[in-house]
Amino acid sequence: MKHTVAVLVENSFGVLARVAGLFSARGFNIDSLAVGETHDPQISRMTIVAHGNDRVLEQIMKQLAKLIDVICVEDLKPEDMMERELVLVKVQANAATRNDIMQIVNTFRAKIVDVSQDTLTIEVTGGESKVDAMLELLQPFKLLEVVRTGTVAISRNSVLSVPAAEIVEPKRSAAAATQAAAPKKTKSKTKEISK
Amino acid sequence: MKLTGAQAMIRCLELEGVEYVFGLPGGAILPTFDAVYDSKIKFILVRHEQGATHMADGYARATGRTGVVLVTSGPGATNTVTGLATAYMDSVPMVCITGQVATHAIGSDAFQEADVVGITRPVTKHNYLVKDVKDLPRIMKEAFYIANSGRPGPVLVDFPVDVSRQVTEFEYPKTVAIRGYHPNPPINMEQVKKAADLIMQAKRPVLYVGGGAVGSGAGKELLELVNKTGIPVTTTVLGLGVFPETHPSSLRMLGMHGTHYANYSVQNSDVLIAVGARFDDRVTGKIDKFAPHAKIVHVDIDPASISKTIKVDVSIVGDVKPVLKEFSKLLKDKRPQMKEWLAQIEVWKKKHPLKYDQSTEEILQEYVIDQVAKLTNHKAVVTTGVGQHQMWTAQWYQFESPRSMINSGGLGTMGYGFPSAIGAQLGRPNETVVCFDGDGSFQMTMCELVTASFYKIPVKIILLDNGHHGMVRQWQELFYRERYSASVLGPSNPDFLKIAEASGLFAKRVERKDEVIPGIKAVLAHAGPALLHCRVAKKENVYPMVPAGNALDQIIDMA
Repeated sequence: MKHTVAVLVENSFGVLARVAGLFSARGFNIDSLAVGETHDPQISRMTIVAHGNDRVLEQIMKQLAKLIDVICVEDLKPEDMMERELVLVKVQANAATRNDIMQIVNTFRAKIVDVSQDTLTIEVTGGESKVDAMLELLQPFKLLEVVRTGTVAISRNSVLSVPAAEIVEPKRSAAAATQAAAPKKTKSKTKEISK
Repeated sequence: MKLTGAQAMIRCLELEGVEYVFGLPGGAILPTFDAVYDSKIKFILVRHEQGATHMADGYARATGRTGVVLVTSGPGATNTVTGLATAYMDSVPMVCITGQVATHAIGSDAFQEADVVGITRPVTKHNYLVKDVKDLPRIMKEAFYIANSGRPGPVLVDFPVDVSRQVTEFEYPKTVAIRGYHPNPPINMEQVKKAADLIMQAKRPVLYVGGGAVGSGAGKELLELVNKTGIPVTTTVLGLGVFPETHPSSLRMLGMHGTHYANYSVQNSDVLIAVGARFDDRVTGKIDKFAPHAKIVHVDIDPASISKTIKVDVSIVGDVKPVLKEFSKLLKDKRPQMKEWLAQIEVWKKKHPLKYDQSTEEILQEYVIDQVAKLTNHKAVVTTGVGQHQMWTAQWYQFESPRSMINSGGLGTMGYGFPSAIGAQLGRPNETVVCFDGDGSFQMTMCELVTASFYKIPVKIILLDNGHHGMVRQWQELFYRERYSASVLGPSNPDFLKIAEASGLFAKRVERKDEVIPGIKAVLAHAGPALLHCRVAKKENVYPMVPAGNALDQIIDMA
């Protein structure tokens, strides 16, 4: 089953490698991963599309939440989210085919962003199925290059908010006569799963 | 106060209360070693960086305090990887500081450069590259906090040499604020009640306790809970000692080389209460046949451990100690309800005790361990390498207190035992520390003999030399038609007595059974580090055994 997971992460060195490394080390399959800065320059947002059964998804969420640089993780519900992908397509085109291609482009409310003697470059945004459908129709004209950003997604009704960092005064964990730090109660990054 | 990065680093360690640092110097970490020279922190110079990590690990497991490692860049850092992975798998708090080439040289394939943050990412709880000296105090504060909170683990700090020379106004923060890190989620009391209800209804409950209970310091709470309810307890190899194995409710260790009665109890239980344990494959055997009739309650501080390999019925995320306290409040004496169950367990215990051939003329490994256990009154701090001797130690020492069995359970790192004993001894200077090792394991890190001898660290090494990679040999005998490929060590083994003596240790060799007890006594009585070289039976196998892929109750045992 396909899942779209939104992840807020610290916008710092090496975070992408941590996330990507986690997926490869644990054998999770990523379909796409898109990342960019949010309105808060200290925070980046990733949209990860992955597939697997519920158990795999549960592990993905928990393992992501476990990374120190991950601020929060949410599994976006299909019925409560919008997802878009931007795709640039360079397709072979000549005087004979150009009109047919433009018709397809119009039908999908895509845009021609560049024209040359024998190519057309098309920009299309939308969900996965729309993009796939358009690519299929363009296939006969010979696709020269396809570039996809990967899906980005946002939920309709809720806001993925950043919890405030709690301030902890740890005990000296290396010192004799003290035990491990005992921080105050905190909110966890993912909901506890109870069955 | 103006300090260089190097001085600031050492100051951070002092302010964290660090007592010992284990390591080895080199080019990129020289400024920091210059600062070590002025510090009161005791530095233990090792012969190989892997040894430093295992010493820090042994120190941490013996005390609960964070172990600290300081090494140079490149090969110094890559040599710590095995030790970091060992600590990561077994949730051991450690801070490892590695030198790094100057920031401007990073990425240029400079001399002794390695992408250490990249290499160690999968084997650390978290790691840092210090790019600006101003960040150093915060990073160190966070590193110590992360290493020893929540589910503990190793944290690595990569420290470029130019940053260690930069000067900064030093101020060590009192607090940390990491918005992506919430190590102690509040305990969900509804889940605790749900679990308690389930346990109260159970007719055949079993507690399955792992290293998390040791880390949490929950030995006392566990004993109280068991004394109140009478629920039988089995532990993993990392949980050994957290519940006294001489207690009538103890089922001893479960799993591949666990007791028949622990494994039968788990397989026949109706409620299995996993406490700070993670359903490792060496514990569960064939996973879809594990505890087939049981509802499973899982208490763990790491949410990701829950329902990872086994689907759990009631999960409680949180520190083990307070959860066990709550259980004690909610649960009542279950003995009347468990009469049949406890009687059944007694039958199993009587029918299938752990055993070895007492009559043989050969020195059996089990015999040596049994005798050391008796002569140390089951009170020593014990470390082991990995292999047959580790499993026999788990079976025969009979641990009575938490943090008394120190071994590499998750990663199974051969060579772990001896350096970890050095660390454990430094952490618990007034106790007897015994390392049971095999000839295969021991040779992986025996270069640290001189470390023990130079610093007069009085560890006692019981070297059980069967001239083989014994566990490999056992599997080859049982599953590879006795084709002993690359598992025979005897003809190429060195003279361990001479090696120990040349390194400055007191050493004795025993070759006959009647020499064993006097030999153990001599080694234990020696004030400094000592080694007992025991020539033991070459073909003894560890039983009982659940072959990999079998269900936990499909056990093979000696005839």
